[in-house]
Parts: sequence; structure tokens; C-alpha cells
Amino acid sequence: MDDPLYREEILDHYYSSPYRGRIERPDCVCDLENPFCGDQIHVELTVGDDDRIKEIRFDGKGCVISQASTSVLAEHLEGASVEEALKLGPADVVKLLGMPLTPTRMKCGLLGWKAIQQALKPRGAATV
Amino acid sequence: MADAVVSGVGAGLDVERVRADFPPLGEEVRPGVSLRYFDSAATALKPRSVIEAVRECMAEYPANVHRGLHVLSERATEAFEGARMKVAAYLGVDDPAQLIFTRGTTEAINLVARSWGKLSLRPGDAIVVSELEHHANLVPWQMIARETGAELRYVELTEELEYDLDAFDRLFDDGRVRMVATTGMSNVTGIRPPIEEIVRRSRERGARVLIDAAQSLAHERLDVAGLGVDFAAFSAHKVFGPTGVGVLYGRREHLEAMEPVLGGGNMVLRVERHRAVWNELPDKFEAGTPPIAEAIGLGAAVDYLEGLDHQAVARHERALIEHAHQVLGAVEGFRILGPRSTAGKGPIVGFTLDGTHPHDLSHLLDRSGVAIRAGHHCAMPLHARLGIPASARASFALYNTTEEIDHLAGALGSIKGLLRRR
Ligand SMILES: Cc1ncc(COP(=O)(O)O)c(C=O)c1O
Repeated sequence: MDDPLYREEILDHYYSSPYRGRIERPDCVCDLENPFCGDQIHVELTVGDDDRIKEIRFDGKGCVISQASTSVLAEHLEGASVEEALKLGPADVVKLLGMPLTPTRMKCGLLGWKAIQQALKPRGAATV
Repeated sequence: MADAVVSGVGAGLDVERVRADFPPLGEEVRPGVSLRYFDSAATALKPRSVIEAVRECMAEYPANVHRGLHVLSERATEAFEGARMKVAAYLGVDDPAQLIFTRGTTEAINLVARSWGKLSLRPGDAIVVSELEHHANLVPWQMIARETGAELRYVELTEELEYDLDAFDRLFDDGRVRMVATTGMSNVTGIRPPIEEIVRRSRERGARVLIDAAQSLAHERLDVAGLGVDFAAFSAHKVFGPTGVGVLYGRREHLEAMEPVLGGGNMVLRVERHRAVWNELPDKFEAGTPPIAEAIGLGAAVDYLEGLDHQAVARHERALIEHAHQVLGAVEGFRILGPRSTAGKGPIVGFTLDGTHPHDLSHLLDRSGVAIRAGHHCAMPLHARLGIPASARASFALYNTTEEIDHLAGALGSIKGLLRRR
């Protein structure tokens, strides 16, 4: 049995993500939950004066896809501007994961994305 | 192993012949991977006879029922009402008018909760359910409880997650219980509450009883009259019939007293500008055009059930659940939800596998053609009681084999390997 979605790189993100953890004084946070399967995600970010994301950390429980996709996103978004982060759509998340997701798994794969979006949204509005 | 399936376990049930009745079995779900279907508790596969009955209706007499005077409508009406009679015979109900076609179990229970509940529940009255219930047998009662000031009480399960008749008895101490609504079989653990005792004790104490037979009816006959239940509900799609139709059984005296929930065509005898007179049973509760082809398909499903040797099916399903507990239980990290003993349970295994999330499990099993279910299975209070957000579930039906269960056990083993932390 094999599945490209569960390749080593993704499992690494799941088991030993460098982005798992907490930030001492985060600028924005968000907690989300997918009641269907009990996936939970907590994300924290710090944003610099230049409106760039300095740090992203997450914590949570759930399936490989929900946790690993959050980690993949954190890796991708550290250093990006808030505006860039808010522009990122579901299709970009799928591209980052490198595998298409079925509609059910999409909910898992987008949980962290949603949390980051919601955490950043107030900031985005302020800068526009 | 394969030989044992056909000759040993089946003893009386020719499983290979049964399998040939259900089209997707033996077919490839993706290139080189054939289907192993362990999700019958969500919806059962459909035999060819059911598919043909639905096709025939749609192709040969796709007419509306009841008021048509042309030949197609007459044929449709005859087949539609014929299906009701078949269900009546299967449930041991002598008067088919006590059977209401609904959209399924969910709608049937909602009908009772809203109509009977509104009529009968007063502030301080109690409705008894158990921790095992599906949301379909919880939320409608929560809604009517809030509306009427009644109270919802739960039969707590024992430590071993068995149904607890002592806990059940205690809920009657203050004499306020008006309704006992119970599942005939848990869709998560397969546990079968002691229905006969529950019905007897409830009725003795003046409470009405509703049986949610959605899970149980695919595995055992429900003798509605013999049991003396007040209401029973099931869905066609879980007993090898089509989706979109189900049945509510109600005692005539209740159904006569109850008000319809939906108004519209067919449920009325006469309509004036500002009032209407309800139709007779069962039409009073069947507003609008019913699911005609689906009900006819249900009739064919009942024919299929009637044609089975029930003892042989029961033996086969018992062998399946015993085999499942044995070989799946031997997989490292496999935890069965509910009792380890298979006594008194149906062919359903709710489980978790240490270190893997049910969603990842189900996703990866699908790669090898294995269909199971992952999630809370519409039983969130039960999962809260178990202390887990989600679980995996393998459910079996008469067309499954022990060899398929071996395949599942093997696949679980390789998933543990695949997901191992490197
Ligand atoms: C025990 C039980 N009750 C009720 C239902 C609801 O059935 P339906 O969705 O067909 O209305 C189900 C279906 O999963 C069930 O397992």
C-alpha cells in the first residue's frame, strides 16, 4: 500500500514539524475545529512593522493531512507579507501539498489555511 | 481461506451466489483494485432485483400515484401500495395503513417527535433515550423537549458500554416518562439493547415506545405487532433498497389522534378557503407526491429479504463478527469500541487504531479498495462518552466474507507501517 499524499516529506511535517509550538507574544491567533472528525488547529503569528509575517506556530490534534498541511503552509508563509498570505487560496494549498484532495479530505487540508486566514484578516483590513 | 468462506462459514448461505446479486461486488473500484465493502451500516448495497424494479417503474410506468385514471397511473398506484403491503407483511402489521412512507428514519422520528410530542408532552414530562443513539433519534427529541418543556433523559451505559436496564429503570422513579425512544442496534458499536424488555417495562409504566430500527432491520426481522411497540422507523437504503424513502409504523390509535406535520396535496379529503379536512391513514401524513420509484424499490428489497433463509444469514453474520473481533483484534494497537464479546451485538465493529487518525485510516484503506467509515457516525454524545472525537467503523452484511475481513486486517497492518514515524 502506498499513497503519494502520505509521502515521507508530509509525514515529517506531521510528526516533527519545526513549526509546532507556541510564540511568547503572538500578534494574532485563531482556533478552529472540524467537528466532523475532531481535527483541531491553533495558530499564532507575529507580524513585523513591515507587515511581513515573522513567525508562525501551530498546535493541534487531528489527521495527518490537517496537521501537515498547516505545517507546510507555515513554512511557505513565514517571511511573506500579510497581503500575500491573505491572497493565498485553496487551490494554492493543494498545490503546496502536491496532491489533489477529495472533497471530504479538502476540509482537513484547508483547516490550517482557514485558521491562518482568520487570524490575519483583521490585520489585512487595517492595512488596506 | 477462500474455501472456508463458501463451504464452512456459509453453512446454508451460498455467499458467492448472494454476492452475484450485488453488482459492485467483484468490480474494480480503480484499476487492479476490487471493492471490499464494509460500509453497509451507512448504506447497504442494492441487489439487481431492486435496481430492476426502480428502472422498470421509471421506464415503463413513470406516472404519479393515487388520482390518475389512466393505465400507467393505475399501475404505479398498484405497485406503490403493493410495496406498503409487502412492508406490512414483513413487519407483522395487519393493517398497511399504519405504515407511513417518509424520506427515511430521520423524517419518521421527526414526525413522531413533532406530532405526537406536541399532542402528548407537558412541561416536566420526560423522554428517555440512550447514550447509543444516532443523532436522528436525539435531535428531534431535543427540539420537541425545548418546545414543550419536557426533559430528555439518557440511559447511561455500563462501564463495558453495555445497555444498562437498571439505569433504565431508575429513570422511571418519578413517573414522568412519556416516551422511550431507543435504537434497535447501535450504528457505532453494534450493541443491541434488550428491546423486548425495554418495550415491556416501558409499556407497563405507561410510556410509549419508539424503535429506531434503521440498523437492526438489515440483520433481523422486527415483529412490530408481537413486540407491541407504539412506533418504529427504518430507512429503505439500509435494507438493500433505494435512498429517499423510509417507513414510520405507528399504532392506529396514535396516528388517528396525531396532527399532520406537512400540509398539501393528498393529505386532505376536502379543502375550503380557510380550512381543510384531513385524509384517512396513511395519506394524512403523506403530503405531496411521494417517492414512488423508491417505495417500489423498497418493495423489491422486502421481496429480497423474504427470499432469504434468515437463520442462515444470521449464522453467517455471526461468523463474520466473531471472525472480525478475532483477526482485527489481533492487529497491534486495534481497540474495539464497546464490549469485546460478540454476544448480543450485530455485525458492526467501531474501532480506533493507536497512533492513527480514523480519517487517515479510511483514506489509506480506500487505496486498497476497502470502504470503511470514519468520523463520529452521527453519534457525538456516544463519542463524548468514549472520550474520542472520531472513530473508524467496519460494518458487515450478508454479502461479506471472512476472507475480506482478513484483507482488512492485513491492510490495517500495512497502514501502521506506512504511517510509522521515520
Ligand atoms: C441507528 C440509526 N438511526 C437513524 C439513522 C438515520 O437514517 P437516515 O439517515 O436514513 O434517515 C441511521 C443512519 O445512519 C442510523 O444508523
